[in-house]
Amino acid sequence: MSLLEVRGVTAGYGAFTALWDVSLSVAAGEAVAVVGPNGAGKTTLLRVLSGLLPVRSGELVLEGGVRLTGRSAHEIVAHGIAHVPEGRRLFPALTVTDNLKMGAFLPAARRHFAESLDRVYGLFPVLADRRGQRAGSLSGGEQQMLAVGRALMSRPKLILFDEPSMGLAPVMVLRLFDLIRQVRQEGYTILVVEQNVRQVLKIVDRAYLLEVGRIKMEGRAAELSEEDFVRKAYVGL
Amino acid sequence: MIDPIFLAEAAINGVMLGGILAILALGLNLIFGVIDIVWIVYVDLVMLCMYAIYFLSQVHGWPIWAAGLVSLGLGALLGVAVHVLVISPILTSPPINQLLATGGLLFFVQSFATFLWTTDHRSVRFSLPSFEVGGIFLPATRLIPFGISILAMLGLYLFLTRTYMGTAIRAVSQDRDAMSLMGANPRRVYVVTSAVGGLMAGLAGALLIFQYSVHPFFGGQFGPLTFMICVLGGLGNMVGAFVASFVMSEIISIAGVIWSTEMGYVIAFVVFIVMMFVRPGGILARRE
Repeated sequence: MSLLEVRGVTAGYGAFTALWDVSLSVAAGEAVAVVGPNGAGKTTLLRVLSGLLPVRSGELVLEGGVRLTGRSAHEIVAHGIAHVPEGRRLFPALTVTDNLKMGAFLPAARRHFAESLDRVYGLFPVLADRRGQRAGSLSGGEQQMLAVGRALMSRPKLILFDEPSMGLAPVMVLRLFDLIRQVRQEGYTILVVEQNVRQVLKIVDRAYLLEVGRIKMEGRAAELSEEDFVRKAYVGL
Repeated sequence: MIDPIFLAEAAINGVMLGGILAILALGLNLIFGVIDIVWIVYVDLVMLCMYAIYFLSQVHGWPIWAAGLVSLGLGALLGVAVHVLVISPILTSPPINQLLATGGLLFFVQSFATFLWTTDHRSVRFSLPSFEVGGIFLPATRLIPFGISILAMLGLYLFLTRTYMGTAIRAVSQDRDAMSLMGANPRRVYVVTSAVGGLMAGLAGALLIFQYSVHPFFGGQFGPLTFMICVLGGLGNMVGAFVASFVMSEIISIAGVIWSTEMGYVIAFVVFIVMMFVRPGGILARRE
């Protein structure tokens, strides 16, 4: 049984259609990547999944048959899907602790705030050292940790990562993928959208190739070489 | 030369007026900071609350504290009503339309008040003592509102920094979409913000009635001053609004003693215009 199933989703902005009949699934405990070149519709896909963009046709179904289609963003979080958005989207003028507190905004998450906070600080000790600092004053790597930590605070089942390596220095990119692997080992299910094909294939079980709004390829990460994806995605053979 | 004792008294009166102005400015600024709309009608809501206090205490014989509490509730209710009935349907319209809508509401409220209650000035009579400290008179009609305004600002500060909803209000003002990804319904946050902003208007009404009479055009007396303070402090900047309130009230109060009240306002507005050239982002330019 999949934790999340996307069935034939079409979506877009105004007259522009960014996703055409996209179907994919994520099983509980799995790590799945959606890769593809710039403008393939990866971010649009995640915006649809987190309810920031409405679906035109198709269905989003959660385990147990819960339909997420047409729900708004704040309702989808309540169903156990957390989103680490592109560009992190922290609250720059709030402290590290207050950012994490907002991650636990939902009543169900609020009840476990202290426990979740200890867990996030245990996972990312550097955040504990900076707890009183404003998020805007953190380094890029620390901000990425905070964005991940904030998503964990809602006690999600599934975490969506949107281009997590974007804007990070090459050294930080390696650290970031370690960090995602670490989150994975904590037992979370992960769906990551990424341009860095080589790195992301090392940390996921399965991957989909998204190209000009359509799924072009799918397979187990171990069987898919980076070359397959790169050739398909960038050369089109 | 003016007796220094008068200047000292003016400075103290300035501080006390500043407390009330700060309540007005913080309420308006909170709404702007979160929803990005300037409620032109803000001080007219204060006027409605003052009428409520006047009628309850002077006509129906309620104790003043009870009438004041009603004013708080009425303010919050009016805040929610303005948001739900006027702002919410045009939330995605261009800012100028939103500004015009709240401006139109101002004329509606003023005309309606004139129609119902005529243009008579009405005031609540207080028989409260005055204290004299070293030749300076401190009337309780100023001390009490000042004390309450400080407590209210402390309460607002604690609400915005210590509670989930208060922190969410600040978070929404920084990134609305990100806050909906945290599970907060931005619409609900907007309604709560409007209620808190309205509550501040109700409180301001309860504090102003100690010293001012109410009439349908009361908004004209404090409205422009409130906007000026918000802009001077940097729109959306709460600390800036707090500081600007006291800067403006001191100028008005001290210049009022040296020259005249009218001159006090002239100087305050000149300072404002000059400051807009020197520091267009506000006294404390808004931190990102």
